[in-house]
Amino acid sequence: MSAVPATQAPAPKPKSYLENGHTVASWLLTGDHKRIAILYLISVSIFFLVGGIAAGMIRTELLLPKGVFLENDSYNKVFTLHGIVMIFFFLIPAIPAVLGNFLIPLMVGARDLAFPRLNLLSWYVYMAAGTLGVIVILLGGVDTGWTFYTPYSSLYSNSQVGLTIAAAFLAGFSSIFTGINFIATIHKMRAPGLTWFRLPLFVWAHYATSVIIILGTPVIAITLLLVGVERVFRIGIFSPELGGDPILFQHLFWFYSHPAVYIMILPAMGVISELISAFSRRPVFGYHFVAFSSLAIAGLGFLVWGHHMFVSGQSMYQGVVFSLISFLVAVPSAIKVFNWTATIYKGTVKLDTPMIYALGFIGLFLIGGLTGLYLSSMATDIHLHDTYFVVAHFHYVMVGGTIMGYLGGIHFWWPKMFGRMYPDNWGKLSAVIVFIGFNLTFMPQFVVGYLGMPRRYHYYYLQPEFQPYHIMSTLGSSVLGVGYFMPVLYLLWSLKYGKKVGDNPWGASGLEWETSSPPPTTNFLEMPIVTKEVYTYDAEKAEEEFEHRQELIEEVTG
Amino acid sequence: MWRLKFAPDQASTFAEQYDWLFWATTALTIFFTIVVGLLVIFFALRFREGKKVDRSNAHDHHLMLELTWSIIPLIMGLGIFGWASYLFVETRQPPKNALDIYVIGKQWMWHAQHSNGVRENNMLHLPSGTPVRLTMISQDVIHSFFIPAFRMKQDVIPGRYTQMWFTPTKPGVYNLFCTEYCGTQHSEMGGYVVVMEPSEYQEWLANGGDNVPVKPMTMVQKGEKIFKDKACFKCHGDQDIHEGPSLVGIYNQRRVMKDNSVRLADDEYLRQAMYDPYAHILKGYENTMPSYKPKSTDDLEGGLSEEDVLNVIEYIKSLRSSPTAPAPAIPPLATGVPPTEVPN
Repeated sequence: MSAVPATQAPAPKPKSYLENGHTVASWLLTGDHKRIAILYLISVSIFFLVGGIAAGMIRTELLLPKGVFLENDSYNKVFTLHGIVMIFFFLIPAIPAVLGNFLIPLMVGARDLAFPRLNLLSWYVYMAAGTLGVIVILLGGVDTGWTFYTPYSSLYSNSQVGLTIAAAFLAGFSSIFTGINFIATIHKMRAPGLTWFRLPLFVWAHYATSVIIILGTPVIAITLLLVGVERVFRIGIFSPELGGDPILFQHLFWFYSHPAVYIMILPAMGVISELISAFSRRPVFGYHFVAFSSLAIAGLGFLVWGHHMFVSGQSMYQGVVFSLISFLVAVPSAIKVFNWTATIYKGTVKLDTPMIYALGFIGLFLIGGLTGLYLSSMATDIHLHDTYFVVAHFHYVMVGGTIMGYLGGIHFWWPKMFGRMYPDNWGKLSAVIVFIGFNLTFMPQFVVGYLGMPRRYHYYYLQPEFQPYHIMSTLGSSVLGVGYFMPVLYLLWSLKYGKKVGDNPWGASGLEWETSSPPPTTNFLEMPIVTKEVYTYDAEKAEEEFEHRQELIEEVTG
Repeated sequence: MWRLKFAPDQASTFAEQYDWLFWATTALTIFFTIVVGLLVIFFALRFREGKKVDRSNAHDHHLMLELTWSIIPLIMGLGIFGWASYLFVETRQPPKNALDIYVIGKQWMWHAQHSNGVRENNMLHLPSGTPVRLTMISQDVIHSFFIPAFRMKQDVIPGRYTQMWFTPTKPGVYNLFCTEYCGTQHSEMGGYVVVMEPSEYQEWLANGGDNVPVKPMTMVQKGEKIFKDKACFKCHGDQDIHEGPSLVGIYNQRRVMKDNSVRLADDEYLRQAMYDPYAHILKGYENTMPSYKPKSTDDLEGGLSEEDVLNVIEYIKSLRSSPTAPAPAIPPLATGVPPTEVPN
């Protein structure tokens, strides 16, 4: 894909979006999608730190069968905090609100998102939700688990359920705003010549994600509101004591919360498609299949929620149908993995930091996806449901998948965002440490889950056989922590001391690389007109260029 | 160093069937992880830039290949689906001769009652080789009854009964957990399942369990006592009368309601009849029965606890018209007591 300027105008070096105003107000009142993306980048990083600290406390506590330093209630509040912060305040917004916000207008050749003020409002609503979350912590926290199962959450819990629900409710609206913006932008603001099938797969993935966000999030908002109504006014909705049905809550909750898993993983898959293609110097194999598999996942994802409820008391026949559809949704995921693999075949592979993250993603997502089979098949789920096996499985998908994709994307587009490059060796090291630390942390949890260790357990003193696995997992999590912290250091360092690089340091295709790095506030000085297909890489040509470069280096060094 | 355990004990007929499926899925998982993982690494290294390899004729799409790697996983997935669903359906169909045991979950303990009235907390004694059916209900929040050695788990819900069944195979002591988060002491809500030889179990049961000093009443006896104490017999005698229908022989029979719908008089029906009698009224009767739902689990105030309800259901089950069943206990009406009064 390349942009042809409509007129042959001289190109003065434009002022980048970073230089356009240095006051606090110029950031907090900006309508620029790129600045809002940076605001989101800072905010989600802070919440990731908060959720990470909670994770560290959980892992420390589980070193010993009778805990280390927390009481039961505090432990329950810590794992609830970990879940709510990581899901609602990190994983759901991370890729769409940071990378999607920054890149979608650039990738479609637009000046900004369709509704810049709505975009800014989404960040403020997100921060309001986050502030409520902090107030909840200061008032003593909440102990329902992120799943808010009734009647525990509506009638029995003595913690800050109401405020937490309000926070999750608000955070939902923030993502709805982002979703609306993406759909409108992708539909209406594509540059001339940029047909649907010339869109990068990153954009396809975000389109599918936005559809899920808009259709699913209102359901969780209403459901949480109903929990609040039952809790405050004691109107029977979910609690049998008041005439309600607790299983109804689970249906409504998972109707959103299972698709929410795809809200988290689809954007990461979009990132991976871009990375694999750019660093293999090849168009993504089976572009149409990969694009439509995102839509298939979004559609089928709405029909599988009951696989969270095989042992909940829902009807056996319902279970059979939900199980069948869950197996069907595995197919589009498999299609993506096979196509990425085929993309690398006969490519010209550069193993830079983003590519290491992308390869790590494939490995972890493979395990995360395949272990999903155990949980979508009804018989195996009976034993594994609500054990550490499930914990390991969804961490492989959501942490192994989403965070690997997120970090890979951050490393790939960092020079686009800030015009400077981080030290690549440190980047590669961090990717390898994250991969190893992740497997050390979560692989033992599969075993301890199969042995029967239930999730959300503080103590396991009657089952000393669980301890070795918890020790391995905790050791692994400290390695993982180091892996996650390293990028913070060298990326911040690179903002000031990183090598200045050109507009397109990776030699990547894609409209976002046609403008300067960092881009000007208006993104493009001229309206880009797209005349080429997507991913115009040529592996053979890339290899010739590489050899030519090597020859030059040899000539110079003599 | 510890001796690492890699698999839980295998102590039910289902556990054996389960593990075949589990390890088959594991083999598939490991196979695909290794094949795809190795391919990715191999391609990434072989086609690294600077390597002189043949990069010609690279395809960007290939319909047959796409179909192949869509359909093969789909067929394998459907295979696992069929196998797993078959096993699952089996776990939902308890055999007719299953031994009935009743379980109540509450924050934060398990309470079990055997049909002869022996009760135990956070323990469950079972005979090996006998199918056992648990009928379970929660007094407060959702719990989940989980025995890893049986590979068996079922959520225990307030407001209605859930069931699970299994056949223990191996005498021994196994873990019992609550696997649905239920509040402060969730992780301590559990104990052990003790599987005994059938003869030992009978002996244990006959001796009144672990720590009951006097010979306990059976569930039927307890239910009968409640039936008398609450004066249920006044309206529900051995004949249908104006005040209420007879309960003799109604268990698991179809009953025609006022609105001409038909309902099966199972455990759920009977529990609802006690807690929420107006939810379904039998054809030919009026809304005259009071609800026996307690104000709260701490304050029964004339209502029936979940345990009482189970005992009464057990009693109603025993009210059969066959000559071998115990005759319905219908004491003569005490003179002078107005029939409409409901003593507490």
